[in-house]
Amino acid sequence: MVRVLKGRMLVAGQASGRALVTREPISFWGGYCPRTGEIIDRRHELSGTMAAGRVFVFPRGRGSSTASAILLESIKNGVAPAALINLDVEPILALGSIVSDELYQRPIPMVVLDEPDFLSIEQDDDIRIDPDGTVTVRSNSSGPTNQ
Amino acid sequence: MQPQLSEWDEQLLAGGVGQAAQRAMRIIVRMAEVCGTAELMDVTQAHIDGCGLLSDSGLEFAETLAAGGGKVRIPTTLNMGPLDLQNWTRFGIDENFASKAIRQAKAYTDMGCVPTWSCAPYQGYLTPRFGQQIAWGESNAICYANSVLGARTNRYADFMDICAAITGRVPKCGLHLRENRKGQILFHLIDMGPSVVDSDTFYPVLGHFLGSASGEKIPVIEGLPACVSSDRLKALCAAAASSGGVALFHAIGLTPEASTREEAFQGGEPERVVEIGPTDLQKAWNELSTAQEGDDLDLVVLGCPHFSFDEFRTLADLLRVRLEEEQRMPDGVRFVVISCQSSHALAQRSDFLDILERAGVETTLDTCVFHTPMVAKETKVLMTNSGKCAYYAPGELNAKVAFGDMADCVASAFQGRVCREKPSW
Repeated sequence: MVRVLKGRMLVAGQASGRALVTREPISFWGGYCPRTGEIIDRRHELSGTMAAGRVFVFPRGRGSSTASAILLESIKNGVAPAALINLDVEPILALGSIVSDELYQRPIPMVVLDEPDFLSIEQDDDIRIDPDGTVTVRSNSSGPTNQ
Repeated sequence: MQPQLSEWDEQLLAGGVGQAAQRAMRIIVRMAEVCGTAELMDVTQAHIDGCGLLSDSGLEFAETLAAGGGKVRIPTTLNMGPLDLQNWTRFGIDENFASKAIRQAKAYTDMGCVPTWSCAPYQGYLTPRFGQQIAWGESNAICYANSVLGARTNRYADFMDICAAITGRVPKCGLHLRENRKGQILFHLIDMGPSVVDSDTFYPVLGHFLGSASGEKIPVIEGLPACVSSDRLKALCAAAASSGGVALFHAIGLTPEASTREEAFQGGEPERVVEIGPTDLQKAWNELSTAQEGDDLDLVVLGCPHFSFDEFRTLADLLRVRLEEEQRMPDGVRFVVISCQSSHALAQRSDFLDILERAGVETTLDTCVFHTPMVAKETKVLMTNSGKCAYYAPGELNAKVAFGDMADCVASAFQGRVCREKPSW
C-alpha cells in the first residue's frame, strides 16, 4: 500500500530509505554515535540499532544542545540517517543539517508531519521524501500474518 | 518564508561585514525560517557550547568562521572545551587530539570570546541580569539562566551560539517572549520533610524526574523552600535538561518569575497537575544508576556541571576526615573533579586543593570527562553525584554508573566499591 503524506519541510532535500521508528524522544549527543551511526543511548528502546541511512522517525529531540554537532559530524562521516521525520520542529537538529549544507553542501532533509501522519508510519516502511515536503510511504507489512 | 530583516541584517547578508558574518547571518535567517519566525531581535550576551565537542566538522566550522574574519559583537563566554589547556599532558591525552583541540580553542578566542571554559557560566564571569535577552548554549546553563536568573534564552545549539554572537541577532521566538514563558505543568511536592528538601541528593533526583515527566513543557514546582543554594539549583537544572528538554522551570516562591502560582502560570491554569511523593523520588533515584550496590568501583567523577568553590570546600571537608584517620583510596580507584579556572583559583586560596591532592583526587579544568579522552576504556563502574553525568555516562563512556551524593561518592571511593546511604525520603 502506498500513501502520500504532506509535511512541512524544515531542511529541503530528497531522500529515501527504510523507516526506523520510535515514539521515544532521543538526544543525539550521548544517544547517536557519529562514527558508526548506532543508537547508543542505553536507556533508549532503539539502543544498539544502526540508524545510518535509515529515515529516522522520532517525535522530537531531547537534552543536550550539542545534538547539532553530532548530526553534522555524522553527515560528514557518512553515517547520518538518510532523513529525519519529526512530530515537533526540532531546531537543534535542523541546525546541524543547515550547517552541513553551508560547509559541505550536503544537508539531510528534515520534515515535520502532523500527528496522525506521523503515527501512521511503521517500522521498516519504505519512505521517499521530496523537496516540496511530500512523504511517500510504502508499507512493508500487509497484515498481522505477514511480518 | 524569510523573516523581516533590518538594515544591519541586510548588510551582514550582503557580505558587507565580512565572510564569517555573512555566513553566520545566513544560518540565523534559515533558522528563523525553520522556526517560522517573522522577525529577528538583538541579544546582548552569548555563551558558546560549540567549543566543547571536538569533531573534525566542528573544528572546520570554527576555523572557517575565524578565517573569514568572524568577531563576536557581544560579550561572549566559552563553555568547557575538549582539553585541559594547561594540564593535558598529565592526563595521557593523545597529541593529535590535543593539537586539534588547541586549534579549536584558538579559533574561538581569536573571534573574541572570553576564555572562561566553564559549563557553569552563571557561577562565574558575566552573569546575565533579570530579563536580559541572551543567546546561550549548554543545556544546564540555558535552564539555569532562564529559570534561576530570569534571563531569556532559547536552547541555542552548537554553531547557532557563535552565529548569534557574531551577528548579535537571533530569531524572535520561544523563550525570548514573555508569553511563552508561562508554566504548563504543575508539580506538587507531597510528603517531603525538611530533611528531604535540605539534602543534596534531592535536587538532581527531582531534576531527573521533572525532565522525564515534562519533556519540553515548562514545569512549575510547588513546595520547594524559598532559599536554595546555587549548587543545588545547578544540579536540578543539569538533570532536568538531560532526562528531558527542560529549558525553563519555575519554582513558586523561589524563582524570579514565580513569586506566586498565578504569576508562574501568568494567570492561567496548569495543563496538568502531577504529585511528586517519596516513591516517585525513589524511582527516579533508582533510574539514575545502572550499577549495583557493592560493585567494584573504578572511577568517581564530580563537577558535572563544573565544581564551584563551595563544592571544593564540601569535598575537602569530607576528605579531611579520611586523611586524619589515615585512610587512603585503594589502588585502582580514580577520583576526578572537573572545574573551571575561576572556581579553581578561589579554591587555591584556601587549603582545599592541598587536601584533594593528598587524598589522591585529580582535578581537571576547562573540560569534561565526556569531551576529553581521559577516561580509560577499561573503566567499568563509575560513580557520580550528578544527574547529568549519571544520565549520559552509560552511552558516552560505555560504563555502568552509580548515582549517589558526594558523601556516598567519597565513602565508595575509599571502600573501592559502591556503597550508599539510603536517601532521606
